[in-house]
Amino acid sequence: MAMFSQNPIMNGPSYSFNDAPKTNTPEGARQHRFDPYTDNGGSTLAIAGADFTIMAGDTRLTSGYSINSRYHPKVFKIGGTTADQKDATLVLSVVGFSADGEALKERLDTICKMYRYRHGKPMSVKACAQRLSTILYQKRFFPYYAYAILGGLDEEGKGAVYSYDPVGSYEREQCRTGGAAASLIMPFLDNQVNFKNQYEPGSGEGHALEERARRPLTRQEVEVLVKDAFDGAVERHIEVGDGLQMMVITKEGIEEILLPLKKD
Amino acid sequence: MFRNNYDNDSVTFSPQGRIFQVEYAAEAVKQGSVVVGIVSDTHAVLVGLKRNAEELSSYQKKIFRIDEHVGIAIAGLTSDARVLSQFMKTQCLAHRLHFGRDMAVFDIVNRIGSKAQINTQHYGKRPYGVGLLVAGVDATGPHLFEFQPSGMTEEMTAFSIGARSQMARTYLEKNVEAFAKCSREELIRHALKALKESLVQDRELTVENTSVGITGVVTAEDGTRTVEPFKVYDGQEVAAWLEDGMDVDP
Amino acid sequence: MNHLPQAWGRPRDDVYGAYDASYLQTSGPKQATQQPIVTGTSVIAMKFNEGVVIAADNLASYGALARFTDVKRLRVFLDSSVVGFSGDVSDMQYLDRHLNELAIDEAYDLETAATKDTSKPSGKLNAANLHKYLQKVLYKRRSDFDPLWNQILVAGFDAASKPFLASVDLRGTAFTSPSLATGFGAALAQPIMRNYAATEEDAARLTREEAVNVVKDCMKVLFYRDARSLDKYSIAVVTKDGVELKENEQLERQSWAFAERIKGYGTQTV
Repeated sequence: MAMFSQNPIMNGPSYSFNDAPKTNTPEGARQHRFDPYTDNGGSTLAIAGADFTIMAGDTRLTSGYSINSRYHPKVFKIGGTTADQKDATLVLSVVGFSADGEALKERLDTICKMYRYRHGKPMSVKACAQRLSTILYQKRFFPYYAYAILGGLDEEGKGAVYSYDPVGSYEREQCRTGGAAASLIMPFLDNQVNFKNQYEPGSGEGHALEERARRPLTRQEVEVLVKDAFDGAVERHIEVGDGLQMMVITKEGIEEILLPLKKD
Repeated sequence: MFRNNYDNDSVTFSPQGRIFQVEYAAEAVKQGSVVVGIVSDTHAVLVGLKRNAEELSSYQKKIFRIDEHVGIAIAGLTSDARVLSQFMKTQCLAHRLHFGRDMAVFDIVNRIGSKAQINTQHYGKRPYGVGLLVAGVDATGPHLFEFQPSGMTEEMTAFSIGARSQMARTYLEKNVEAFAKCSREELIRHALKALKESLVQDRELTVENTSVGITGVVTAEDGTRTVEPFKVYDGQEVAAWLEDGMDVDP
Repeated sequence: MNHLPQAWGRPRDDVYGAYDASYLQTSGPKQATQQPIVTGTSVIAMKFNEGVVIAADNLASYGALARFTDVKRLRVFLDSSVVGFSGDVSDMQYLDRHLNELAIDEAYDLETAATKDTSKPSGKLNAANLHKYLQKVLYKRRSDFDPLWNQILVAGFDAASKPFLASVDLRGTAFTSPSLATGFGAALAQPIMRNYAATEEDAARLTREEAVNVVKDCMKVLFYRDARSLDKYSIAVVTKDGVELKENEQLERQSWAFAERIKGYGTQTV
């Protein structure tokens, strides 16, 4: 505003700006920096099964208390040879700052496409996971503010989920949630997928308690689990809701399912 | 050593107004094995004759996919073609990224035209030693373009470049009226017949040496348009066309 | 009295305190935009069965000052899309020039690609393409820490010839919805528009007349409650036949009767 004021200090006749009195200049330059980030809310979730992977995310896009859009996907097919991604084999979910998330998605997709041009085959989930980590780390000092999860089937046909932090640390996991309601969903998943804190009834007291044995979940079980997880998150988190987008990756291809969530 | 005094570089005109280096580059195209392209109202097809340098080597690829909707057939230096095709791939991907649409075929052709022209006007540079047939579909339908090392580009309904391509062109000229209304399969058969015309005596089109690339617009019954993604067919995939297509009229 | 010219005509330091000189330019590093200066308020838009309607008032404010009262904030692109700008007006004008260049390039390209058969679809840049492009421009500028301080709505059609409406802001965040509003409109107009077009299916059942009336109602609500708004506005309707843009509309049938029922501030004592 100051630049346009009638104050002769700024618009007056010829004298140096440096001559102007600077009696109450605060220490250093005046800081009112543009914040290049926002949080667009939402949550994502991925679970790896024995021969499938399910990636899911809600479809609400928020800024502050406003709902910008009720349908804004966070889960994307990656590395198909056509625009409709019909022959894609990988799925990426991103949550956090949506512009960064989508920029990240488009970069990874382009890289996967170039890989396919050069090698004549789709990128393996392991190779793509490593590459995604590099992309994120390259922006270590101006990060993509996005929590990414990459899903697919590994070389043995088993479900694979790789999760990331915004600067590229990653690991392969059985399941992971990201975003606004991650802290609500993750403990539920620990309990329901990895059977944490579940014990065999009557197997003993205290340390003698026997843990419930883990077993691979079926696709139907996981689909129900995902829906329950999001229904729970919607109740307790205002940034989650509207729609649930699920991608089921099997050796037959990727199936997309859209279910309604509460819109309040 | 030199054919004349004016062919040391591509920036010097001869007194007759010719640039010999560019003409020599065009000769390189004529030495490449033949490729044929035809466009109809719905499809654009490329076919090519693959050559193997010796009995023990594999056959050199002639047709490449550039993007979902565009492919090229090459005649001339394969290594130069690789540079151009890499350029075309990145341009198409970037356009898709920035605008979310297929790049128009004339647009991508203009870009390689401008790129090739630079090589004909800078000292120390060498024109591309390769000619291309660019086939693709965009919002205005299927297209076929010819590209020459001089940077010249031209839209064609049917064309052929490479060794003995005159024979194929004669076939195409004879049948040009029919192409517009051809079906996908008819178009491929026309292209293969034109290709066959260019073969030297005793040579045949085989599954080893024949390559087919095709893209097109598919209009569903409700009027929605979808693009048939550009696909290259090699080996056994072309067997059916060669077996039942070559003796009957397309 | 201080005789130095830099002190002429400004409030006395001993009374008002010295001016905060940190606002002045120094020989420091290049400064990018840190705040908008002259601003336009809300843009609102909604889809209907065969197109999109979009509106914005004609005011450009300088802080709280209604500085320019005849600024057109809707811009037609290639006779087939409309772009509505809120936020910094100089950045809007920069983007407008930029879009002019793009439109000229595109027009030349179309001439090259022109087919004799006019029934075939042309490859021209549609609203979806344009929105994608603007998103890239704004995201690039935010990544350079030199943002274009706008939130923009793009109205028109997509590649499948369906009505298209989307938003992009100064950080490159982009989204679509059956109805959209920027700034104050997001709080005041969007709830009203969602009453009529909560989903795509709802929007596809709205007629043009209904949609235009809803948007005009919203402009009235915005004028009542947004202090940086004006009763003169522009409204555009995009359909397959092209764009109908009216730039000098006046809010009609205003009723300020509600004002006397507002209590709790001002000079009232009750």
